[in-house]
Amino acid sequence: MRSDRLDRAPLPLKISACLGLLFLHLPILLIFLYAFTTEEKSYRFPPPGLTLQWFAVTWNRPDVWAALTLSVKVASLATAIALVLGTLCAAAVSRSAFFGREAVSLLVILPIALPGIITGIALRSAFSMADIPFSFFTIVLGHATFCIVVVYNNAVARFRRLSGSLVEASMDLGADGFQTFRYVILPNIATALLAGGMLAFALSFDEVIVTTFTAGQQSTLPIWMLEELIRPRQRPVTNVVAMVVVLVTLLPILAAYFLTRDGDHIAGAGK
Amino acid sequence: MAAVAQAHPGNATISPAGTGSARLSDVFWRNPKLFLALLLCLPLLWLGVVYLGSLAVFLAQSLFAIDDFSGLVTYEPTLATYRQLFSDANFDIILRTVLMATSVTLASIVIAFPIAYYAARYAQGVWKAVFYLGVMLPLWSSYLVKIYAWKLILAKEGILTWLFTQLHLLWLLDAWLAIPVIGGNSLSVSYTGTFLVFVYVWLPFMILPIQAALERVSGSLVEASADLGAHPRQTFRHVLLPLALPGIVAGSIFTFSLTLGDYIIPQIIGSSRLFIGQAVYAQQGTAGNLPLAAAFTLVPIVIMGVYLWAARRMGAFDAL
Repeated sequence: MRSDRLDRAPLPLKISACLGLLFLHLPILLIFLYAFTTEEKSYRFPPPGLTLQWFAVTWNRPDVWAALTLSVKVASLATAIALVLGTLCAAAVSRSAFFGREAVSLLVILPIALPGIITGIALRSAFSMADIPFSFFTIVLGHATFCIVVVYNNAVARFRRLSGSLVEASMDLGADGFQTFRYVILPNIATALLAGGMLAFALSFDEVIVTTFTAGQQSTLPIWMLEELIRPRQRPVTNVVAMVVVLVTLLPILAAYFLTRDGDHIAGAGK
Repeated sequence: MAAVAQAHPGNATISPAGTGSARLSDVFWRNPKLFLALLLCLPLLWLGVVYLGSLAVFLAQSLFAIDDFSGLVTYEPTLATYRQLFSDANFDIILRTVLMATSVTLASIVIAFPIAYYAARYAQGVWKAVFYLGVMLPLWSSYLVKIYAWKLILAKEGILTWLFTQLHLLWLLDAWLAIPVIGGNSLSVSYTGTFLVFVYVWLPFMILPIQAALERVSGSLVEASADLGAHPRQTFRHVLLPLALPGIVAGSIFTFSLTLGDYIIPQIIGSSRLFIGQAVYAQQGTAGNLPLAAAFTLVPIVIMGVYLWAARRMGAFDAL
């Protein structure tokens, strides 16, 4: 397609692209440096000294562990719900044309297209109107609502590439609908679902805006961090937690990338 | 066919017609509408009823007003809350937020374009992956951690001040902070700081759609323009920019909408003057004025509605 495979980028373009990438990454790298600083009271740069003691201090903090556990539980359940609902939506939208199809895809995107604060307050006022007390499940409900779209997007893209003739062939060979789903459709969409699930987990694990409205007294890890940001109490512990959060979200993203990267080579995709 | 063969163990049995599951799948096959309804009922119950329902109930609150004496909401339809929304103080908040969203969007376009263009046209092999992950990782890494990183950077004793001191340019930073509106005591309590963090946090949302639009521009168009004697600047202005415009518009939908609704960034890094998100938060929380909060919420929705309508007319959605 392109005739210019070998031509070189102009120098100013190269420099500004590289500067842009550096702008995106240097701040995150700085977090890694600050996790080791000996300074307790301020954000002084350069750090007066380096130490590993804050890792031990953080390890022994029950509130950090409680927040982390809650976050993992919420993200797991929200991801599970989003996987089911998102796949159902994607299957319906991609397999058939029906009245209101556009509306369904808009409805799925809406919770993430509207600012989080709107989703959060709307859910909060609905909970208080229905006299539902804030609990673990109200947090999950909020998270699942906006996680559906991530699963949906991944699944829809894969369904679109999944050739209809594969399904027809399976039917011709005598398989019923459930067997076709189990042996033909599911293996083909599995990696897309896994990738969508990982992104949904990362999204939920990191969510703070909706959570501030749907959580009662409990704090997830982002809520814990937000409190530390507004009223810093123990900065070194926050530094360590921030670094761990970066590492924890990094892995699912990388995994999701490698899972969907080779999607073009799926059987029947070219038809 | 490899995937099917792997997934289908050699001896998978085919159930004879007449078993329960086969009969059920026949029913679905004959009634595609029933099957569709079954597929959609759960997601629609969740999103259509729970989510849209609470959204509608909340927004409808803006039609009521709060009683000034009792502090309770009077449930009679009135436009008083909207009058309150357009009072001077509240209108300032709206104007400030829209100005911030506009400047953040413009700055994001300028920074994003070279990255997107390089990634779309020149990056190959390993570099393609580096650029892709180089945008995806910051996009997906924790929102709060990114804000926290900027708190470290912008703090008075932080790395920026140190950097300016090392370069003997501290006077420049001080001069910048002395500028009335955008300055302040330190970068972390100024609009400049808020602006920088907004640009940083939303930048990947601008890069990806522009890159998607530029991927579709054939290199031969650029060459043809050069062959016909256009200066690179003219090529950019008359060939690249118009072709990238749908991507730019798509990206600006994200940066604009996200800035309009955010309340955490200006709360942590910025001056004490409010943005729309913070006003909504304050009204529903401490002030207890749910109708005004709902009215404030409508502002970004209306602005984005108009923006989306205009963007659709420019064909921006093909690049999403």
